[in-house]
Amino acid sequence: MDMNRRQFFKVCGVGLGASSMAALGMAPPTAYAESIRHFKLTNTRETRNTCPYCSVGCGLILYSQGSGGKNVAQNIIHIEGDSDHPVNRGTLCPKGAGLLDFIHSPNRLTHPEVREAGSNEWKRIEWSEALDRIARLMKDDRDANFIERNDKGQTVNRWLSTGFLAASASSNEAGYITHKVVRSLGMLGFDNQARV
Amino acid sequence: MMATQDVIARSATTTERPSIREIGEVAKLIDTSKCIGCKACQVACSEWNDLRDEVGTSAGTYDNPIDLTAQSWTVMKFAEYENPGSGNLEWLIRKDGCMHCADPGCLKACPSPGAIVKYANGIVDFNQDHCIGCGYCITGCPFDIPRISEKDKKAYKCTLCSDRVSVGLEPACVKTCPTGAIVFGSKADMKEHAAGRIADLKERGFDQAGLYDPDGVGGTHVMYVLHHADQPSLYSALPDEPTISPLVSLWKGVTKPLALLGMGAAVLAGFFHYTRVGPVRVEEEQENAELSEPVVHQVDPSVHVVDPKEPRP
Amino acid sequence: MTNHWSDIQNADLVLIMGGNAAEAHPCGFKWVTEAKARNKARLVVVDPRFTRSASVADLYAPIRTGTDIAFLGGLINYLLENDKIQHEYVVNYTDVAFIVKEGFGFEDGLFNGYDADKRSYPDKTAWGYELDEDGFARVDKSLSHPRCVYNLLKQHYSRYTPEVVSNICGTPQDRMLQVWEAIAETSAPGKAMTVMYALGWTQHSTGSQMIRTGAMVQLLLGNIGMPGGGMNALRGHSNIQGLTDLGLLSNLLPGYLTLPLEAEQDYAAYIAKRTAKPLRPGQLSYWQHYEKFHVSLMKAWYGKNATAENNWGYDWLPKLDIPGYDVLKVFDMMYQGQVNGYFCQGFNPIASFPNKAKVSAALAKLKYLVIMDPLATETSEFWRNAGEYNDVDTAAIQTTVFRLPTSCFAEENGSLVNSGRWLQWHWKAAEPPGQAQTDVVIMGGLFHRLRELYRKEGGAYAEPLLNIDWAYRQPEEPTAEEIAQEYNGKALGDVFDLQSGAQLAKAGEQLSGFGLLRADGSTSCGCWIFSGSWTQAGNQMARRDNADPYGMGQTLGWAWSWPANRRILYNRASADPAGNPWNPEKKRLVWWDGGKWGGTDVPDFKVDSPPADGMNPFIMNPEGVARLFAIDKMNEGPFPEHYEPFETPIGRNPMHPDNPQAISNPAARVFKNDMELFGTAKEFPYAATTYRLTEHFHFWTKHCRLNAITQPEQFVEIGEVLANELGIKAGERVKVSSNRGYIKAVAVVTKRIKPLTVDGQTVHHIGIPLHWGFAGVARNGYLTNTLTPFVGDANTQTPEFKSFLVNVEKA
Repeated sequence: MDMNRRQFFKVCGVGLGASSMAALGMAPPTAYAESIRHFKLTNTRETRNTCPYCSVGCGLILYSQGSGGKNVAQNIIHIEGDSDHPVNRGTLCPKGAGLLDFIHSPNRLTHPEVREAGSNEWKRIEWSEALDRIARLMKDDRDANFIERNDKGQTVNRWLSTGFLAASASSNEAGYITHKVVRSLGMLGFDNQARV
Repeated sequence: MMATQDVIARSATTTERPSIREIGEVAKLIDTSKCIGCKACQVACSEWNDLRDEVGTSAGTYDNPIDLTAQSWTVMKFAEYENPGSGNLEWLIRKDGCMHCADPGCLKACPSPGAIVKYANGIVDFNQDHCIGCGYCITGCPFDIPRISEKDKKAYKCTLCSDRVSVGLEPACVKTCPTGAIVFGSKADMKEHAAGRIADLKERGFDQAGLYDPDGVGGTHVMYVLHHADQPSLYSALPDEPTISPLVSLWKGVTKPLALLGMGAAVLAGFFHYTRVGPVRVEEEQENAELSEPVVHQVDPSVHVVDPKEPRP
Repeated sequence: MTNHWSDIQNADLVLIMGGNAAEAHPCGFKWVTEAKARNKARLVVVDPRFTRSASVADLYAPIRTGTDIAFLGGLINYLLENDKIQHEYVVNYTDVAFIVKEGFGFEDGLFNGYDADKRSYPDKTAWGYELDEDGFARVDKSLSHPRCVYNLLKQHYSRYTPEVVSNICGTPQDRMLQVWEAIAETSAPGKAMTVMYALGWTQHSTGSQMIRTGAMVQLLLGNIGMPGGGMNALRGHSNIQGLTDLGLLSNLLPGYLTLPLEAEQDYAAYIAKRTAKPLRPGQLSYWQHYEKFHVSLMKAWYGKNATAENNWGYDWLPKLDIPGYDVLKVFDMMYQGQVNGYFCQGFNPIASFPNKAKVSAALAKLKYLVIMDPLATETSEFWRNAGEYNDVDTAAIQTTVFRLPTSCFAEENGSLVNSGRWLQWHWKAAEPPGQAQTDVVIMGGLFHRLRELYRKEGGAYAEPLLNIDWAYRQPEEPTAEEIAQEYNGKALGDVFDLQSGAQLAKAGEQLSGFGLLRADGSTSCGCWIFSGSWTQAGNQMARRDNADPYGMGQTLGWAWSWPANRRILYNRASADPAGNPWNPEKKRLVWWDGGKWGGTDVPDFKVDSPPADGMNPFIMNPEGVARLFAIDKMNEGPFPEHYEPFETPIGRNPMHPDNPQAISNPAARVFKNDMELFGTAKEFPYAATTYRLTEHFHFWTKHCRLNAITQPEQFVEIGEVLANELGIKAGERVKVSSNRGYIKAVAVVTKRIKPLTVDGQTVHHIGIPLHWGFAGVARNGYLTNTLTPFVGDANTQTPEFKSFLVNVEKA
């Protein structure tokens, strides 16, 4: 490139005049010496992940901006298939290829909220308040309705008046810890998407 | 690959292009017989290019968006075809988008210098910095590909991911394609790959399977494997024999110089400003600037194509 | 999947039936493309609609929804009649020679022992093998005994002639026979067909039996355990396999251990019942180790509090009074006002469960509802009036709803199990938005609060809660790594080899696999089938060596596959009884090398058991062989039989036209009031089926702009012929109604749905994609489960989303 961009603008002038002049074939030979598209992944961080949609389990590479340093929050700007992955070999379906818009969906939940009985709106609350209130509701219901013994006097230790649907897109670790807690409470109305 | 020196054709420009570097031609091959119409390519294209089209409506088909737009550079076209020979229903699905013609009608038609360039590897790219939004590229395109954006009045289309290709990556649609219906490589390799696919299709009963690389536009750098290569138009009106509109030839031969003359008259002030002031300033600010080229060329063709492999005249 | 995704490349024939892999699993479907390239494989698709999978198939056959048992039953008959079975495999590796008890019978659509009032078979004792004096099953290898499984099977399916099947399925006979013929070719010992199915088989009132029929076909063809073969359930969610493996279902514990019934008060009897002794001499019957897995689980959950004295905390496990509190049961209870609280962790039941009106009314009876989700789901806003899409009286809904924001995949470390049973680790790339937290942190927070409340206040039966082992380094925030190490298992004391006495693991070490588990409390393991995933050598799920030294696509160094990093289940069956691969050229998997079993995969077998000892490949079954006769394991009978969907377009079962009890699955549970909500063909003449599109994932991607662009608006698919009859043009809006409600959507008019001739009538299908709702960036639409019936499969209770009746009219 033998002309810098500022010079180029000066040379060309502005507006229709410049375009039209150039259209006459009079642009200097240097005018095309510019880069049209910049490669956007320069200096991004790559993180290996797995697609959260169907169960093919495609390998992903998440590209994020930011150095990872203390003063920045990493921002994921692009997602591509992991070429090393033996199943998807770098490919992604339209859902996987669009995952960036899941991460950044305008409908992501960002704060704990409550909708009070009969209300028509969400109210933002603190985590501690949310968990305290839920724990209280759980305990009251469990204490009131827990069945230690059935009619025959057999020990059954079940809690049927509260149920739990677990998430089949959550990790094994979330699922395992959820199971550990839920069963220890005696819950049986416990299922995940495998049922439907 | 794909340094600016690899631009071998540039709209509305008559200066000679650099030509000493040897760059092979690339091509994208789309195998319609492996395509499941999943639209991963559509999504990957928009994601990579930071495009978000409007959320539209359903027109009672699987095609969405229903057509190319300035923010949807590739779309899947679905056609249901009852094959009279076999009696079978076929769902012919074609990824529509720029064909990156060897002889690009858009570039020929474009009146704005540098708004459309063609690289030695075959990629035809639009530079919106120079686009004046006249829409001549649309007239020039035998495949009806470019679209003018309502936002900025500039023309857009598939770039064949020139930014990815320039750093040695395949285009985003190629990388993502789940079934390998889209592949990318040298044009020669792609033709060979296509030959293998065509042989397989013939074994599976598609006697007319073949490659779509139409001569009318000098061949393309996006090619299709078709089960029915004898009837490209079955695939949602893929042109059977695409050629550049005679209007563009007319424009190129007679009309364009006349029109340009008109434009020149309208902007005479600018013209004089340029010829009088511009080069001088450059000379002032950058002493080493090479100004030996005459400012105004006498060469008539608006497009000057250089094939680095051809011996120089 | 018995096999896994990249193994599909080894198939000679691919059957996609009860699924639409190209649409729902495109990146897995690529291996079908590879099979075509590698083996010149053919792809056969059987589906009511000409799908995206069909668009690249070599052979497509239409079928009426809900009639797959007839189609496959006819295929079984065809294979037996034309002698297209893999004889050596069938005789040695299946139960064909086993003699069934006297008393087993089948008449006019019902097996023996049916109780119409209970809608079930309370007495299944005759559905079993005759045993000899040593407790072993009697066999007749000559297959001449009239009650051997082979002859019963032959007799049962002899009724499924091509004429009968075509009449039920609507599949033209010539096309059907082409499909059967293509499939039959894979009975050659070295050939393999893979079956790829999904919810198109599961979501029927006869879903489990459809899948069984498919498996029976595969056994007769000798395709189970073969590379490129198998029964491959293409699971729908990224970790639905993992959550199933971890037992997050009403009646399960991790690793397919089962919760006790309330009658099982005695711990020893509970274990004994699950510790099956071999039913034939020399068989492994691997569940003999049940107690080792169970005790190790209880040690993982309750640590030192689980002791031999308290039967490892047996009382702390809830005991079931019914087979299970599945979601249909729970929502019926909720509807009756018997449930006060409900949690939805990444689950959108108002969209995902049948009969939205009932689900919505049920949720409104809750006192509290807790949502944990990364996205704003419809369920979280079931109380919001969204006009025609959710017309509710907000003020009247007294449910308190908490909505807790969670992280998504990109914002956490952890592992998921894919359909091929691979546990794959993933890494966090960014922080979650706002105050969102991981599910682990939320569950930890709730647990701590509850435990504190019980410590302070006391309350109902707090022991299990107080005794839980929660020794995580940061108790409020256990890490994924700690939890993964816990489910893998570790040595609590030194572990020794039971025979040689050699030390296998030192106290505190991570275990190398479930072979080290002990029933004496010296090991802990949260999920025995995951043991080996995080060993002393580190996180095996994070392995990234994709080398494929045998070119068979098994990649044993990539991630970790349960069980024991084995990639193909039952792989001993890929070799003949003498231990040599059926196909030594292209399908070498495991073989006997004279001293041990080895090969391109981890043998699913006792590695030092020589072929001469006669141990058979199906080591999880006490028989050692696979079951064509399901004994008492299936609720509607040992052999699959065709029953109509509960909403049948023809109103009768052509197999049993005169028995009203045998129209639809006689053992399927139907709740009071739901029976009345079934519609009939008189009012609702068209067969409807719901499904996914490739552009969307359930109700998530309507929140994602890129996906909303590719399918922005709700539509239904109508065949050209019917559309012409009704005067409906593509792009017009139509109203689709069932006896439970209606939706309105754009009509896609297509040649891909053809009218079928069934039982002398014309049956039209209506295709209903399911991805829209009243929240998201896509255009709002109706929840399609407004239409679907509240009835499930007789074994799994999976709802019949795939077959019901609707009417269609211009909107």
